[in-house]
Amino acid sequence: MSLVAPDLAERAIARALANGGDLAELYAEDRQGFALSLDEGRVEAPQRGREAGACLRVVKGDSTYYGYVDGLAEPDLLRVADSVAQGLRAGSAGEPGAALTAAEPARGHPVETAPGSVPAGRKAELLRACEEHARAAGAEVAQVRVGYAESHRAVEVFNSDGRAAADDRTRLRLSVQVVARRDGRVETGSDTRGGHAGFELLEHEPEEVAARAARRALTLLDAVDAPTGRLPVVVGNGFGGVLLHEAVGHGLEADAVQKGASIYAGRLGDQLAEPFVTAYDDGSRLNEWGSDGIDDEGTPTRRTTVIEDGRLTSYLYDVLRARRDGVESTGNGRRASFRHLPIPRMTNTFFAPGEATADELIGGVERGLYAVSFGGGQVEPATGDFVFGVSEGYLIENGRVTAPVRGATLIGNGIQALAAVDGIAGDLAIATGYCGKEGQSVPAGVGQPHVRIRELTVGGTA
Amino acid sequence: MSADLETVARRAVEAAAAAGATDAEAFAEEEESRRIRVYQGEVESLSDAGGRGVGVRAFAGTRWGYAYTTDLSDAGLADAGAAACEAAAVADEDEWAGLPDEFGTTPVEGLASPELASWPTERKVELALAAERAARAHEGVSQVEAAVYSDVDASVALANSRGFAGSCAVTQAWAYVSAFAGEGADLMTGLGVALGRDPGELDPEAIGAEAASRALALVGARQPESRRCPVVLDAFVAASFVGFIGGMLSADAVQRGRSLFAGKEGEEIAGPALELVDDATDPAGPGSAPFDGEGSPTRSTPLVQGGRLATFLFDARTARRADRATTASARRGSYRAPPSVGTSNLVVSEGDADLDTLLAEAGDGLYVTDVAGLHSGVNPVSGTFSVGASGMLIENGRLGAPVRELTIASDLVTMLRGVVRVGAPARWVPLAGSVKTPPLLIEDMAISGV
Repeated sequence: MSLVAPDLAERAIARALANGGDLAELYAEDRQGFALSLDEGRVEAPQRGREAGACLRVVKGDSTYYGYVDGLAEPDLLRVADSVAQGLRAGSAGEPGAALTAAEPARGHPVETAPGSVPAGRKAELLRACEEHARAAGAEVAQVRVGYAESHRAVEVFNSDGRAAADDRTRLRLSVQVVARRDGRVETGSDTRGGHAGFELLEHEPEEVAARAARRALTLLDAVDAPTGRLPVVVGNGFGGVLLHEAVGHGLEADAVQKGASIYAGRLGDQLAEPFVTAYDDGSRLNEWGSDGIDDEGTPTRRTTVIEDGRLTSYLYDVLRARRDGVESTGNGRRASFRHLPIPRMTNTFFAPGEATADELIGGVERGLYAVSFGGGQVEPATGDFVFGVSEGYLIENGRVTAPVRGATLIGNGIQALAAVDGIAGDLAIATGYCGKEGQSVPAGVGQPHVRIRELTVGGTA
Repeated sequence: MSADLETVARRAVEAAAAAGATDAEAFAEEEESRRIRVYQGEVESLSDAGGRGVGVRAFAGTRWGYAYTTDLSDAGLADAGAAACEAAAVADEDEWAGLPDEFGTTPVEGLASPELASWPTERKVELALAAERAARAHEGVSQVEAAVYSDVDASVALANSRGFAGSCAVTQAWAYVSAFAGEGADLMTGLGVALGRDPGELDPEAIGAEAASRALALVGARQPESRRCPVVLDAFVAASFVGFIGGMLSADAVQRGRSLFAGKEGEEIAGPALELVDDATDPAGPGSAPFDGEGSPTRSTPLVQGGRLATFLFDARTARRADRATTASARRGSYRAPPSVGTSNLVVSEGDADLDTLLAEAGDGLYVTDVAGLHSGVNPVSGTFSVGASGMLIENGRLGAPVRELTIASDLVTMLRGVVRVGAPARWVPLAGSVKTPPLLIEDMAISGV
């Protein structure tokens, strides 16, 4: 089922180009979602939504003129096209743009069971089962929150160069948050499972997600205050990859690079890490959380090697920034919805597996921190300075993981941390995150095998 | 426009009732927005956008469900009404759920400025360019990464099955500049920001100058030594903390065991100088409105008086659960989500000390101008936090060397009790929610650097 007929897309693009422009694009989207949560033992806040809309943009030189509207009807689209053209008032009439065919569906990510076809009651049961498992983990489990969300997005992208591409995106995510309490101590633990996939993702032992969240919270009840100072840090696999995402990945996004707002600007080809370090951004990885068939400009997603044998090999591009650098888009032009402009964004970003094992990495540390999971993080791309809250961490003493710690924060600089990576294990895992940039939140896969960093500043509560 | 929106909301309520809802409520929204981003004297992007939609909350006895749509046709509204009823069937019983018992509106003047419509796009572009130029004009500013002007002209309407119907129009304009000073690994960022009901209230010179001076102040920053000392939070940083604390004063967070302020009503939670109000009736407040997200008349609610916690924020459900009255604190982010308990405008009353006085009182300490990772760095239940920060040392009562790559650690209760002096002037900080606050002097915090 098509969202916008090719002849309407062609007309809207022609009208958007009425006052000139180098490129015009129509992005159309029909999004349906369902979400449900469980809190205080009660299944609550079931919500279903449907929104359809479009964004039209015209690029002229370094300027972008755009508009968006709720609705996909002809008058909606033509009105936006006219208002966009109005923005280029001073220009002269341009070529109308290439003839368009019907949008070509992208190579998708297989969905066995469309989440929408599963009765809502079954999703409520799933939440209850998760709660039960989390509570069963121990009497000190005081609160359990479970969230389920699914979305289906039909996307079409047309542009004046003749692009006509479509994508069909199904995502779902289960998240569990557990609070454990002992005397006056209160600790939280969480875990998620999600993907660009159907309900089959949750068929196999979904309660494991709850059990892990509970285990994290319970472990932290025995936590000691975090150490402070400069220490070796072993970062856990899976969600530990948020470090790469924040401290390196954002600095590779071409918009920051081109504005000189990235520490990685002008460093292409430089040896920034040890020769055993390789990293990818891969939006084509099958059924992964940050994957799509095409990006939000219609470029097929792909694997981009950003660091190869320690050398910086590529930035992450959307169409606009790629044109500016005379390269091809890497398929990283993403947007939160039709209400936003595409900007260079990561998809699934991860370190390639190495040859060590997690035990070897930890075994080589006399006194350090084992950071398994982060509560979140932030980076200043201009300098690469970052800060991360460690939500699950342990002391490493004499090569062994010992007491859990609470309140640890990692502070450092991306380019320095990258250079300080001195070991990578083989146990690659990818976790589900949401990445925020310029007010746009998009699903992003973060991941890595276990990685050791020679030294980082650990700020604690002690 | 508003009258039409009220009709849309009423029809959505009827659709839910027709689908079997025992009670229903609908929130409709329509807005036009513009956003202009300039870079190096040219327009980088310019947008003109329209949006509209409606969200329906349907009750089936004490169960409720929610649905929203951008399709405002009869068929679209019927679908949304039915979807909300269908969703409700999945929920468990909730004895406190339901519409408020009373409805009404509080007149709030000046929410919409007719001036906004009289500004042609070219003038708004010029405003953004002027703000960029102002930042660039400062010696030492190496780059202006973004200068953005944005405005919105919105109408909202709320109707329910108990006969309430209300609507209001709001305009908002804001602009910000993000400037860099220094080079390479020592590139420092500074933000300048302002907001108003129309662009005439924005001073591009001041926005640019603020961004430049905040970036320049940090040039040459180094990691400080770890120690404990008095800390002055500038208004931006104070606003981040106040916003976070405001979230924990939601009765919903309290009742669900997610607030460290649970059970502390009437107790001293802050230094005696701290006065905090949630005020939905301030004409300048971005969060002001005549009625809340479920039709209760808005008001100004004192939260902290003389350091004592006066009340939590309630909507109809949390009020019923606690056997209290609503404080009209049901918030709507957009039609795409059901109402939830939240703050409107958090306002910290200004004290009598200007910044120099605060610095002099601090003596030797730290002046914090930026914090990173607040939301990931605070344990929401215990309130302990450790967040990345940058700013300047305070030496002999004056600003000294710039510092970065440090963390400040404490817990929210100790920090609040440690507010020994409230500064002046207070200003709006529209970064995370709507907060108006002056700088604050905290007696003692742990700084972790080298």
